[in-house]
Amino acid sequence: MNLSGRLAGSGLSLIVSGSALAQSRYNFQEPVTSVAEQLYDLHTLMLIICAVIFVAVFGVMFWSVFKHRKSRGAVAANFHESTTVEILWTIIPVFILVGMAWPATRTILYMKDTSSPDITIKATGYQWKWGYDYLQGEGEGIRFVSNLSTPREQIEGSEAKGEHYLLEVDNPVVVPVGKKVRILTTASDVIHSWWVPAFGVKQDAIPGFIRDTWFRADREGIYRGNCVELCGKDHGYMPIEVHVVSAEAYSQWVAKQVASKAALAAN
Amino acid sequence: MNHAVDKYFVPEPSKYPIFGSVALLLFGTGAVLWLNQTGPGPQLFFLGVAILVYMLFGWFGQVIRESESGEYSQRVDKSFRWSMGWFIFSEVMFFAAFFGALFYARVLSVPWLASGDNEALLWQGFTADWPSAGPRPDEAFTPMGAWGIPAFNTLLLLTSGATLTWAHHALLKGDRKQLKLGLMLTILLGVVFLGFQMYEYVHAYADLNLRMDSGIYGSTFFLLTGFHGLHVTIGAIMLTVMLFRVMAGHFRPDHHFAFEATAWYWHFVDVVWLILFVVVYWL
Amino acid sequence: MAAVTPDHLHDHHHGPSGLMRWITTTNHKDIGTMYLLFSFIMFLSGGVMALTIRAELFQPGLQVVEPEFFNQLTTMHGLVMVFGAIMPAFVGFANWMLPLMIGASDMAFARMNNWSFWLLPVAAVMLIGSFFVPGGATAAGWTLYPPLSVQMGMGMDLAIFAVHIMGISSIMGAINIVVTILNMRAPGMTLMKMPLFCWTWLITAYLLIAVMPVLAGAVTMILTDRHFGTSFFNAAGGGDPVLFQHIFWFFGHPEVYIMILPAFGIVSQIIPTFARKPLFGYASMVYATASIAVLSFVVWAHHMFATGMPAQGQLFFMYATMLIAVPTGVKVFNWIATMWRGSMTFETPMLWSVGFIFVFTLGGFTGLICAIAPVDIQLHDTYYVVAHFHYVLVAGSLFALFAGAYYWLPKWTGHMPNETIGKLHFWCSMVFFNITFFPMHFLGLAGMPRRIPDYALQFADFNALATVGAFGFGLSQLIFIVVVVKCVRGGEKAAARSWEDADGLEWTVPSPAPHHTFEVAPVFK
Ligand code: HEA
Ligand code: HEA
Ligand code: CUA
Ligand SMILES: [Cu+2]
Repeated sequence: MNLSGRLAGSGLSLIVSGSALAQSRYNFQEPVTSVAEQLYDLHTLMLIICAVIFVAVFGVMFWSVFKHRKSRGAVAANFHESTTVEILWTIIPVFILVGMAWPATRTILYMKDTSSPDITIKATGYQWKWGYDYLQGEGEGIRFVSNLSTPREQIEGSEAKGEHYLLEVDNPVVVPVGKKVRILTTASDVIHSWWVPAFGVKQDAIPGFIRDTWFRADREGIYRGNCVELCGKDHGYMPIEVHVVSAEAYSQWVAKQVASKAALAAN
Repeated sequence: MNHAVDKYFVPEPSKYPIFGSVALLLFGTGAVLWLNQTGPGPQLFFLGVAILVYMLFGWFGQVIRESESGEYSQRVDKSFRWSMGWFIFSEVMFFAAFFGALFYARVLSVPWLASGDNEALLWQGFTADWPSAGPRPDEAFTPMGAWGIPAFNTLLLLTSGATLTWAHHALLKGDRKQLKLGLMLTILLGVVFLGFQMYEYVHAYADLNLRMDSGIYGSTFFLLTGFHGLHVTIGAIMLTVMLFRVMAGHFRPDHHFAFEATAWYWHFVDVVWLILFVVVYWL
Repeated sequence: MAAVTPDHLHDHHHGPSGLMRWITTTNHKDIGTMYLLFSFIMFLSGGVMALTIRAELFQPGLQVVEPEFFNQLTTMHGLVMVFGAIMPAFVGFANWMLPLMIGASDMAFARMNNWSFWLLPVAAVMLIGSFFVPGGATAAGWTLYPPLSVQMGMGMDLAIFAVHIMGISSIMGAINIVVTILNMRAPGMTLMKMPLFCWTWLITAYLLIAVMPVLAGAVTMILTDRHFGTSFFNAAGGGDPVLFQHIFWFFGHPEVYIMILPAFGIVSQIIPTFARKPLFGYASMVYATASIAVLSFVVWAHHMFATGMPAQGQLFFMYATMLIAVPTGVKVFNWIATMWRGSMTFETPMLWSVGFIFVFTLGGFTGLICAIAPVDIQLHDTYYVVAHFHYVLVAGSLFALFAGAYYWLPKWTGHMPNETIGKLHFWCSMVFFNITFFPMHFLGLAGMPRRIPDYALQFADFNALATVGAFGFGLSQLIFIVVVVKCVRGGEKAAARSWEDADGLEWTVPSPAPHHTFEVAPVFK
């Protein structure tokens, strides 16, 4: 997208992302999907436009605050309207807004296109854990429940907190890199919301309804997120952990899952 | 209408508002306790209602005395007109919330539930028909038909609107006899309407198995008709008060806003019914 | 703020005295005072809840409260601040100032005015009392989303009835205000000559009458879903949890303008006074306010971008929301043009007003960034949103309330507020406000969800900073109590026209304003 946006964006992230980890401090987490990248750039663009307007508008105000004070002998003028400027400062913002809305519209249409996925996974919110069903594509039929794995002692403070405090689960979601993954969300009790910031994906999980979203991760790695819709007592304790792995590793994982399921069934 | 022409009437300090507040406190807490089946719920609730009734009698009684003793200037009268209009607007918005829920269910949520992934993965076999109690109704029910009692009720309310207008014309002409007659007829029609409405509810529960918990159809049906019925009741009470006031010799052709306000309210309730008849019963 | 003069006792009606006087009063000034006092008490209560929230969030881990109680605090903090602090405070200003500004002897319905007020303590008792019932207060967020709110205990029912009662109070109050403004202006004061504060309140009152009943409907549906088996928000019965969100936000978005338009009004009174120059673009201010009100009805779903609505829906609500920046911008530009080439002094009310414009606009810009639907997918339900709305609500509504309080305190008490302490209050608030809420932008961008009692380690330092700021901000508010108490007790005598260049009918009556004013309507200009 917009070059200056990208430049400023990367500039900003250079200054601020002390660690190369996905742990961002001042800005969105480092994007690993095209959607997240577009969101990142859009936000940067917005930030720049707003910052420019802000500086311009308050430049004028503070100029006036410093120059036009009584203690400096300023004498009040007596104008109180001017149709020209009033029309100008109504019209110009409209154009600025159109400039903002244009790229945003393209991104919305792109984000909403959940057609022809390689893999479809249903994520079901429960109080307070996530259930996953691989519905279509390689791994079809795999299903498991994913719980917070941070020990109680760390939460209560009797033990030192680990690096991924509250962002770790027993059974992570595993997906292959570079494949379009469609996530269906629903819930069994109250509304939850499935969010992985690095993917630019956030979708409410509404009991009785299926909603969908998608991502295609460009890079292998472990990506973490949280439930972001207030869902009761342990809303803060139902994280999401996604492992993006190579195609081979994914096949191996699938085989292992299928085998252990068969073993379970045999028992 | 003498000393108060150019001075806007400002009432003396009044004890009624605090009675109203205490009443609502008891009413609200009582209702909560009752709903949760703990503590003296019903007792507090009815105590609240009793105080509220006392307060309404006292307050409106005082307003009527002030009005009849000529304290209210034209300007005060105008204030009453504005305020009644805005009050009815707020009532319109209250009903809009429930009509909105009905439209949403009919146009959006039921069709959604019966299509696409929702149907395929969650509610297999559900089809979007209206009336609907949703994909997993507890029990089957028969919807309420439009052309029996409801149609007749429509006729009753429309007629009552006409009789009320007739009464108003009589008041303007100074014909007290027709005024009384018109009012009585209106009240009668309203009461008969309510009677039928009650019969319909009994019928729904007893014969049609149509209940408040009959899915979204039951929910919208009972809340819309129920709140409408409540408003008819309030309107009928207001009309009755007007009747008593007429008998007590109140109102003049040029000074009778309480009557007009009641009429506005009654017509508003009428219009709500018409919409209700079309979208709840008929279509 | 017991601003009322002893000469009330010699007044013509011998009303009750002592507590009964306050309980039975029909005087708009008494009622205004009670509103202001009530709202300040609610502000402190909501503030104590906020401080408890911040204390828990000082460090990762659970230290101060249990998660369930934390959610109760968050919910009640939101409800108490919105319905108990900010809204009643503006109604208090309306009660005190509208009759004085338009030259009316009182509000149109003085007795009903009393009831509007005395319903609020009732609602507050039910709301705050719900902490002490089995199961505690509702913990479903101030937005009360079902099905979570359907799961709650009886605290939720108390909240529902409290909302109903506050709704009745607001609707009566709003009708009173509309009628007063439309029907009781002094001869000669046409609508387009009214002070802007009256205009903003007229439009606010209209919004209140339009949306409070909708909220009442929404919570009624929750009540029947909870206790009578209806299925409004239950898919199995054909309803939809998201339906509630639509109804709630149809109320909720106009509601946020209910909390900001009167603030715009107050600032529009103050800036011309201290710039010694008439308000720039009066007519366009009126039109802008009206446009904001109209637009506010068609933007509600910008709170719901993450529910997964169709693309057309997202687009429509995104465009409509963005448009609101235009009239709001007109307001900001008009204020600045009013200051431009003025002859400014910076007494406390002016400081708060300039501070308001500066910080509110920052909050407006973050709102605009939230309005970009795709970006909001990342921001929704994170601390970025918390930052956004505290910038507009605290630095917006609350700062404007303080501005107004300093501006009209002389009229209420007859004494000038102490400038030094007032300025100290402003600077402490401004600094600590930003220390508290600015880091929340970063927290949200980096991925910290809202409404959580505990968080991942990378958010630790900004949270600690915000907590320190919050305690500083809270303590700074105690300075205000000092100013008000001093001002009631004594201080420099205020002239009728307490500020050199103040304009308007309220400055033609003595300070403090006598118990009865404008019993015979003044002729305006
Ligand atoms: C006083 C209250 C108030 C006000 C005034 C606003 C004003 C605005 N708000 Fe805000 N908002 C809230 C209170 C308020 N909000 C609250 C309480 C919530 C959260 C509720 C909850 O979930 O609990 C919320 C949440 C919220 C969201 C949802 C976020 C989410 O949950 O994901 C959005 C999204 O669009 C939004 C947008 C806006 C916009 C566009 C404005 C606009 O009105 C702002 C307009 C102002 C400006 C833009 C600045 C001045 C303009 C100029 C200087 C002109 C030039 C500018 C340009 C051309 C760019 N708000
Ligand atoms: C309407 C106005 C309003 C105001 C003024 C405030 C004021 C403050 N708010 Fe709040 N806030 C909301 C409206 C408001 N808020 C809403 C609507 C929500 C969303 C709720 C939800 O998610 O459902 C929210 C949520 C919210 C959160 C997020 C909670 C969460 O997501 O879990 C936080 C966290 O920091 C917070 C902090 C604060 C702070 C520190 C203040 C400070 O400005 C408060 C300062 C005041 C004081 C601290 C009082 C001073 C008193 C004392 C110092 C002690 C006096 C002693 C006695 C009385 C004995 N608020
Ligand atoms: Cu699940 Cu929040
Ligand atoms: Cu909004």
